[in-house]
Amino acid sequence: MDCKGSDARGPDIHAGPRSEDVLPASATAAVKVVIVGGFGVGKTTLVGAVSEIRPLTTEETMTQAGVGVDDLAGIEHKTETTVAMDFGRISINEQLVLYLFGTPGQERFWFLWNGLFEGALGAVVLLDTRRLEVSYDVIGRLEERGVPFVVGVNRFPEAPTYPMAQLRAAMDLDDSVPMVECDARDRASCRDTLLTLMRYLYTLTTVSPEPQ
Amino acid sequence: MSGAGPDPATAPGSPDRLYILTGGQARGEKKAELDLVTLIVSRTETDPGLQPEHAAIVRMCDYPLSVAEISAYLELPVSTLTLLLTELLAGSQVEARPPVPAAALPDVQLLEAVMNGLQRL
Repeated sequence: MDCKGSDARGPDIHAGPRSEDVLPASATAAVKVVIVGGFGVGKTTLVGAVSEIRPLTTEETMTQAGVGVDDLAGIEHKTETTVAMDFGRISINEQLVLYLFGTPGQERFWFLWNGLFEGALGAVVLLDTRRLEVSYDVIGRLEERGVPFVVGVNRFPEAPTYPMAQLRAAMDLDDSVPMVECDARDRASCRDTLLTLMRYLYTLTTVSPEPQ
Repeated sequence: MSGAGPDPATAPGSPDRLYILTGGQARGEKKAELDLVTLIVSRTETDPGLQPEHAAIVRMCDYPLSVAEISAYLELPVSTLTLLLTELLAGSQVEARPPVPAAALPDVQLLEAVMNGLQRL
């Protein structure tokens, strides 16, 4: 038996931000940065380390044609999958708000990327040295989409440690793409990783010729 | 709809309710262009005539709130929420503040503002 008293299906009329999580009425626009990485690499930890609100979870549903073995010929079988994304928020000033979204890097979640990367400033690829192949695919995909990114190496105690140069070579990463150590639990380390992304974007912006 | 008493599917809290609320509309009308970080702000007080889901959004957006946050607080998928917001926008109960427009590369002043904000963390 579910012991929760409330009806979980109905809208919670008291739902909403806690009073300290309310944005000022002057907030006019938002920007977003996406944190990409495999399961357990520390995306939500990073978001939580720098977010001014407790990280929240948003969902999106994906309808895909099933490829189950019990399919009957000619009858389309569809399944709906829900994918959750954790996100946090940083108020930049009275008008501007930055949102950070953590999204899984595995190929089957790439359907999420369309809405997510549209208008995003850029991305942080969190690298798990135990599962480099996920990040390799992610980096290729970001390059294809033209999304600027930096790479943060979240060192786990039990993870193999490679020199940065070796990781860069293994990731086939261009020399111009910044690569930094990032302790996802540490606010200052995460802030610095985000600042690395911003400085990189700044460089890209200022060295690009004006399209005129 | 009439005759045999209230239809259980349209009762508040029914699992079919959200589907009914949004299902017919999904095919016909055009969805509003909303980003995950579009900020939604109420323009009116909650109206007793509003559906509970709509009323919850209007109440919540007393101060600006992103589409992602509303989705999280209401535990609704973004696609479902977008349909509800489309209705509220059409009825002028809420306004949408779109994200900073995405150029091929972000504006230098915007980046400076974000860097200054991050440095204060």
